[in-house]
Amino acid sequence: MNTLPEPQTTRRLSLSALATKRMGQTVEVGIVPVLILLALYLPFAYFVIPEANVLHLSLFGINLIGQIMCFALLALALDLVWGYAGILSLGHGIFFGMGGYLMAIYLLNGAYAETHVLPDFMQYMGASDFPAVWKIFSRLDVTVLVTIAATALAAGIFGFVTFRSRINGVYLSIITQALTYALMLLLFINDVGLGGNNGMTGFTTLAGHRLADVSTQIGLAVCSSLLLVVAYVGVRFLARSSFGRALIAVRDDEARMRFLGYRTHTLKLFAWCLSAVLAALAGMLYVPQVGIVNPSIVSPQLSVEIAVWVAIGGRGTLIGAIVGAILINGLKFWLTAQLPAVWPFILAGVTLLIVVYTSNGVWGTLKGAGSADKGGRR
Amino acid sequence: MNPKLPDTAIYISGLSVQFAGFAAITNLSMEFRYGEIRAIIGPNGAGKTTLMDVITGKTRPAAGEVFLNKVTNLATLDETAIARLGIGRKFQKPSVFEALQVRENLELAIRHGRGYADMVRSRLSAQQNRRIDEVLETISLESEGARVAGTLSHGQKQWLEIGMLLVADPHVILLDEPVAGMTDHETDRTAELIARLKSPERAVVVIEHDMDFVGEIADLVSVLHEGQLLGEGSMESVRNDPRVIQVYLGR
Repeated sequence: MNTLPEPQTTRRLSLSALATKRMGQTVEVGIVPVLILLALYLPFAYFVIPEANVLHLSLFGINLIGQIMCFALLALALDLVWGYAGILSLGHGIFFGMGGYLMAIYLLNGAYAETHVLPDFMQYMGASDFPAVWKIFSRLDVTVLVTIAATALAAGIFGFVTFRSRINGVYLSIITQALTYALMLLLFINDVGLGGNNGMTGFTTLAGHRLADVSTQIGLAVCSSLLLVVAYVGVRFLARSSFGRALIAVRDDEARMRFLGYRTHTLKLFAWCLSAVLAALAGMLYVPQVGIVNPSIVSPQLSVEIAVWVAIGGRGTLIGAIVGAILINGLKFWLTAQLPAVWPFILAGVTLLIVVYTSNGVWGTLKGAGSADKGGRR
Repeated sequence: MNPKLPDTAIYISGLSVQFAGFAAITNLSMEFRYGEIRAIIGPNGAGKTTLMDVITGKTRPAAGEVFLNKVTNLATLDETAIARLGIGRKFQKPSVFEALQVRENLELAIRHGRGYADMVRSRLSAQQNRRIDEVLETISLESEGARVAGTLSHGQKQWLEIGMLLVADPHVILLDEPVAGMTDHETDRTAELIARLKSPERAVVVIEHDMDFVGEIADLVSVLHEGQLLGEGSMESVRNDPRVIQVYLGR
């Protein structure tokens, strides 16, 4: 065989590749207990550790961690479709926003039941009663189920039409970006009845817990961390299964997969809908933590940023998406407070450096050779 | 031979294909039969690859008929449906999935795109696993199953792709220039592999420029020229056909 002349180099290479791969896998599995420990640490850090101690976390800090966990989940969702199925969505903010807005409707239901005062924007619009449709969202479990169903349906319709029409690559990215922009403009309109420009705020309770309570806020941050863990374990299982390999194959050569007998649009549709649902769940947890939802949640800017987090962390690695989201958002919260004017330049600089100097983001490079995920383009 | 199987695997009649006014194939009629290895030769632009595109559903004909077993009209089906009917294709440039391991490539092929629950559970039947082991041996990659396909040599990639056809066990196999860019040794090995594809229940069609290779493997040779059938027969008779000589060697 013609592989014979080069056994030595191959052997040495494969050994070091094996070592990096094993280390990579350790960290990939290790993130699960780390995130669980973090979740357990949050209440401990606030209630038990005294304020003077450096390990103490303020409510602001815990709230921040909770928000970042939502962003990490959002990035994980995007990595499933972009890193594995090769679908670069620049519109995942739509699904994040759907979750956020539907959660806000639930929260306003709760506030209305308590105070019997219509939200400001409804009064402004001259409404005299709470809209009947909104009453569907008076219970949390129903809201969660309806949100999952609605996002899956919306993603399903979009995916069915585009994937069947074989719209791929940059064309699909542009369409998703345009839809994001369109949805944002739509939400700006007061007559749509979702608060227009100002959005919706004034939330009071969530499933019987007062949002102003410290324990509720800490609970939300803990839930965000734990949901991220569950989603990571699930998506990783899927990505490493034969199904995940079929997605990688679709990403790298969709036409070839058709000639093998695969209904490639069905594979993509499944990953797409799952990703959309994860993004919506992230939005549902995000909104009660920031206390407001407005059209900026579906701004093209946020949707592009999600792709930047994934690209910086390392596309097609899952953990890279989480690392990228935590890194960039951590940096963002810190620097926008310290040097607000400089932040966009720093983000652009970091992105450029990583794209130019690493083959596949921070995690993709750390993981090095021997990765099953390398070699994919687009 | 399976008595239920008709003689003719692919039946093509009056086929015309046009690309924006350019006639790639004009009124072509031919048949590929079970149990034979057919070679299609012809100069560049003769319509050889286009013919494969039509049979596999990638390109729609402007006119004419393409039937499988004389009953299934392939012109109305898409690539996936045609692949599931048992028509497998190997492309001119090796198109294995480079990010996946050798064995994972074969697993993709053996599933035929069916059984999503088994895909999610990464489940293969014992029979499918056995078949993959057999094929790995046939294509001399038995010790490379865990290797990432992108690191294989050009020849090995070509064999892996033939292996992907083998595990899928198709009734009709279309090979587009399987030995292009191969060393003499690799070419010999590929000829052996293709000879193993031959079965009474299978039609094999090979597009090739390498005349020695064609002479070695083909039962019957069809010559295409400017989208039309120029001649058909044994390698010997085709080689001595004055029209074929003229097309290949010029005036």
